[in-house]
Amino acid sequence: MPLPKRKTSKCRRDKRRTHDALRAPNLVPCPNCAEKILPHRMCPHCGYYKGRAIKEVEERKT
Amino acid sequence: MRHRKIGRRLSRTWSHRKAMFRNLVTSLLDREQIITTEAKAKELRRVAERMITLGKRGTPHARRQALSYIRGTRVVSKLFEELAPRYRDRPGGYTRIIKLGPRRGDNAPEAMIELVAREKEKAKKAPPEKAKKKTSAAAAASGKKAKAPAKKQKK
Repeated sequence: MPLPKRKTSKCRRDKRRTHDALRAPNLVPCPNCAEKILPHRMCPHCGYYKGRAIKEVEERKT
Repeated sequence: MRHRKIGRRLSRTWSHRKAMFRNLVTSLLDREQIITTEAKAKELRRVAERMITLGKRGTPHARRQALSYIRGTRVVSKLFEELAPRYRDRPGGYTRIIKLGPRRGDNAPEAMIELVAREKEKAKKAPPEKAKKKTSAAAAASGKKAKAPAKKQKK
């Protein structure tokens, strides 16, 4: 059975992880209700996209 | 290998996929607006546009071809009598997809796919009522949710 000869050093381990960083989603303000939303999508808060209502959004109790 | 093969498999066998798209395209042509996942919507475009082209062709052969795919004669009649004249002057691009965001439950990205130019059709049928209807509908919509203030000035 092949086995690692050496323990992976901290340096090597961390270098491997240089590409693992996560990036925050690019949020834009909704032109209708000014909530932060994902671009090119219907606004999940007000149900509007390109100036018209797409879907009824019910009020959430929080 | 799927090099240069177009289309998505959607984790289904060929027969399953075909059955699903027959159902989807029948629903879309019937209701004119359906909500499904983004991937299915994008594939459905291809099928729906082909069906509308058959409708525009209008020949008996085209009608039989449509009947062999679309489920139900009622929807085929609608396609040939109602949708074909509506899209007579439109060279393709009969559908519109609007992304809705992730679905609750499985986080699948959902989308709404609809036939375009439905508003125009309605306007032709009832031109004086249209403007009034739209603003009152918008008012009712914004009244339902507290967070929709800036809408009315725009329209």
